[in-house]
Amino acid sequence: MKIGTPKEVFKGENRVAMTPDSALQLQKLGYDCAIEAGAGAAAGFSDEAYEAAGVEIVKTAAALWKAADIIAKVRPPTETELKRLTKGKTLISFFNPAGNEEGLELAKSKGANVIAMEMVPRISRAQKMDALSSMANIAGYRAVIEAGNNFGRFFTGQVTAAGKVPPAKVLVVGAGVAGLAAIGTAVSLGAVVYAFDVRPEVAEQVESMGAEFVYLDFQDDQDGAETGGYAKPSSPEFREAQLAKFREMAPEMDIVITTALIPNREAPELWTEDMVQSMKRGSVIVDLAAEKGGNCKLTVADEKIVTDNGVTIIGYTDFPSRMAAQASSLYATNIRHMMTDLTPNKDGQIVHDMEDDVIRGATVTYQGEITFPPPPPKVQAIAAKPKKEAKELTPEEKRAQEIAEFKAQTKQQVTLLTVGAVAMMLVGAVAPASFMQHFIVFVLAVFVGFQVIWNVSHSLHTPLMAVTNAISSIIILGALMQIGSGSWLVILLAAVSVFMAGINIFGGFLVTRRMLAMFQKS
Amino acid sequence: MEFGFTTAVYVVAAVLFILSLGGLSGQESAKRAVWYGIVGMALAVIATLIGPGSSLWLLSVLLIAGGGIIGYYVAQRVQMTEMPQLVAAMHSLVGLAAVFVGFNAHIELGRVLAMDDTARKSLEGFAALIAKKDAVEVNILRVELFLGVFIGAVTFTGSVVAFGKLAGKVTSAATKLPGGHALNAGAAAVSLLCLFWYLGTGGFFPLLLMTLLAFFIGYHLIMGIGGADMPVVVSMLNSYSGWAAAAIGFSLGNDLLIVVGALVGSSGAILSYIMCKAMNRSFISVILGGFGGTGGPAMEVEGEMVAIDTDGVAAALNDADSVIIIPGYGMAVAQAQQAVSELTRKLRAKGKNVRFAIHPVAGRLPGHMNVLLAEAKVPYDIVLEMDEINEDFPDTDVAIVIGSNDIVNPAAQEDPNSPIAGMPVLECWKAKQVIVLKRGQGTGYSGIENPLFYKENTRMYYGDAKESLDKLLPMID
Repeated sequence: MKIGTPKEVFKGENRVAMTPDSALQLQKLGYDCAIEAGAGAAAGFSDEAYEAAGVEIVKTAAALWKAADIIAKVRPPTETELKRLTKGKTLISFFNPAGNEEGLELAKSKGANVIAMEMVPRISRAQKMDALSSMANIAGYRAVIEAGNNFGRFFTGQVTAAGKVPPAKVLVVGAGVAGLAAIGTAVSLGAVVYAFDVRPEVAEQVESMGAEFVYLDFQDDQDGAETGGYAKPSSPEFREAQLAKFREMAPEMDIVITTALIPNREAPELWTEDMVQSMKRGSVIVDLAAEKGGNCKLTVADEKIVTDNGVTIIGYTDFPSRMAAQASSLYATNIRHMMTDLTPNKDGQIVHDMEDDVIRGATVTYQGEITFPPPPPKVQAIAAKPKKEAKELTPEEKRAQEIAEFKAQTKQQVTLLTVGAVAMMLVGAVAPASFMQHFIVFVLAVFVGFQVIWNVSHSLHTPLMAVTNAISSIIILGALMQIGSGSWLVILLAAVSVFMAGINIFGGFLVTRRMLAMFQKS
Repeated sequence: MEFGFTTAVYVVAAVLFILSLGGLSGQESAKRAVWYGIVGMALAVIATLIGPGSSLWLLSVLLIAGGGIIGYYVAQRVQMTEMPQLVAAMHSLVGLAAVFVGFNAHIELGRVLAMDDTARKSLEGFAALIAKKDAVEVNILRVELFLGVFIGAVTFTGSVVAFGKLAGKVTSAATKLPGGHALNAGAAAVSLLCLFWYLGTGGFFPLLLMTLLAFFIGYHLIMGIGGADMPVVVSMLNSYSGWAAAAIGFSLGNDLLIVVGALVGSSGAILSYIMCKAMNRSFISVILGGFGGTGGPAMEVEGEMVAIDTDGVAAALNDADSVIIIPGYGMAVAQAQQAVSELTRKLRAKGKNVRFAIHPVAGRLPGHMNVLLAEAKVPYDIVLEMDEINEDFPDTDVAIVIGSNDIVNPAAQEDPNSPIAGMPVLECWKAKQVIVLKRGQGTGYSGIENPLFYKENTRMYYGDAKESLDKLLPMID
């Protein structure tokens, strides 16, 4: 089958859903690849690069939509594009199914199968195709870069001959994928970073990225996590406590990055007008929720504004597109992983398995039926259960434990010794003296053996076995003593024994030497 | 030559043997220690040859030389991957020799007891020793030689079966005759009866019957133990061969045999103990075969195995600063140790920190992996045992698992219902990325599902270990 990628028609969209690298991987799955001429140009992939990767270049969009069995793109399809779908074709792209009823109807009437990338369920094994996360990661990074571009100072604190520079203070609201990416970027630029999220369990992740988690003075259960790892709407009291905290922090902050989104709702207002008023001149706010109305009411989507008191508010909604090369390669990889799951036999044929959680979840129309919204996935993961912490022992408890262990050990040893001694005496009481002589030698040898062998290093266990093997053929002494006395049968058996023991002695020692010679220090 | 001289030489030999085992505590002193063992053995044999009671010494020397040539040939030719088989085969020789020497003692005893007093006085050597014994001592002698033959016989057939399993000539799965352990117990009970019968009559038949029964026990016991438990089996047989020598030493009244037998016996016992401890199983449960009962259904494994291709592995290794390689039996099967060594050399040449983590029961013989790596010229100071390296996994960029399965199974720690729960394992999943070289998607020997393969940071690199590594090597730059 053929996978085709058209040029994005959305104005200002620079990304492309197939890169030369991903095309190579798709061909390994058995697919032919095609791309519309110039589709990768805005992301920095030339037609020549695609051709070199074995991708067919198709002149017009119409021809491409006609030729391809599977169409991979980035932005939700336009009406024109949807009309080009026919029965049996598969479209993979962002689709916004919750707010795109006409699109769904149109795709249904055309009988095409549509896989919406934003509907990939958030479970562990689907992470490799989670395009929302990979795009959010870029958005978070870019948000810090945009902020820095509009912020007239350093991020990192410096003491120079020309004066002292304090580090920039950055607040990240919402520690999802984008928030964490923003934290990581800002920390590595040297800023002092604070982060807030309604889900207290992400505090650990925030701290692992090097930021400080902002805790609220709020008694009630702070947990704002819903299944699937997203935030849920919070109670009015909680919201008040949260806003009070932000109000307190606002005058201090140089850069505020807000990423708070709740699925299928207007973005919550977290950065109010009075907070913007209290901020210093030259401060920057980047509102990653601009598309859904913004976490700050002053935000204008797709624009950068400067307020009267000199605070820059950035409301761009196309951060991933601004890093088109990076975004395209990540998105193309997400698509490629989706294709891998759709092609279990690697034969270039799609197997649209509606039993599979991930594929079922992402499919919004299938064989003339609308299959959105999907049933809840069978596996719910991500928001991990809080870990049970091992109980920390106090020094006294540790000491008591040690003493108890020592006592148990002593008890065990004394018991063993007593039992051994009694057994020995019992044997001595009945056995004749000649036997006891040998028996003492035997017991002492076992004792020496135990003491010596414990020190043998683990790595030399094989040589140890070979050596003990060689010396256990000491049994040859018995055979040698017998070989001279007695009948022919005795001589025969003894001779065979001597022979076998001879093999063992030489074989055992030589192989040990060979092994030990191999052990070398670097 | 005087008896006193022989004894003196025996004392020297015994000391040398103890030093030889003690010297194995370090790689360097071990090289010296082997010489102690060789000298000790040579002294013991010479002293016995020239000592009282031996004759036909020319024949003896010829036989030893003949055996020596075969031993030399075998030692030069054996592949290091075949070490487990070789060790098992050599155990069987000791076992069989013990049986023969025990029979001889019985025959001599009968001959001497049949003589009258004057004839006894004219005896020399081993027969003279027997002639001095009174009735109680004769009975003790019988018990000793009976024991020696029994242990020797079990060692013999057990080692032959172990050899067959390790060499792949016998199926390595655990197979039992109907009746299972009851058969073994029955055979052991009949053997015990034979002992009393033998003490009562002194005839050869009970001894022979017991020998046959012991042969059966050795065969059936080891047939019922699966391939992955072989480290325990081989060290157990090692121990048995020592005890057999010690028992024969008692019956011949030879202190050196007793001392060496006891040394070897305790050495094997300790090795078995260490192996069992490393698998968190009792010795009994290993010997009786099969895994212990579990308390409930195993934990569901979530996620999927994600494959990776050669390019991906090469990229991960080129980016990594620290790498830990975990070899297992699969590396030995695929003969991949040379490729592993080459990979190590290349990575180290680039200044990366490469180390090996060895689980005590990796392979089919205690210390098997160390020997294979040493053969491939991997320096021993980067080959570490489990306790030394387990804490370092969280700081490691890439952990490469080559042909091991149960020893890296997180279920041992995470799932209390797993059959291997509580077994100490290498915590390789704590590394940033884990690459597993494996033939296919199946489970390991024990048939236990391994959640490691489903972890998010695990990538499966399918294929024969050697071929995979050979493909990978040119891409490490």
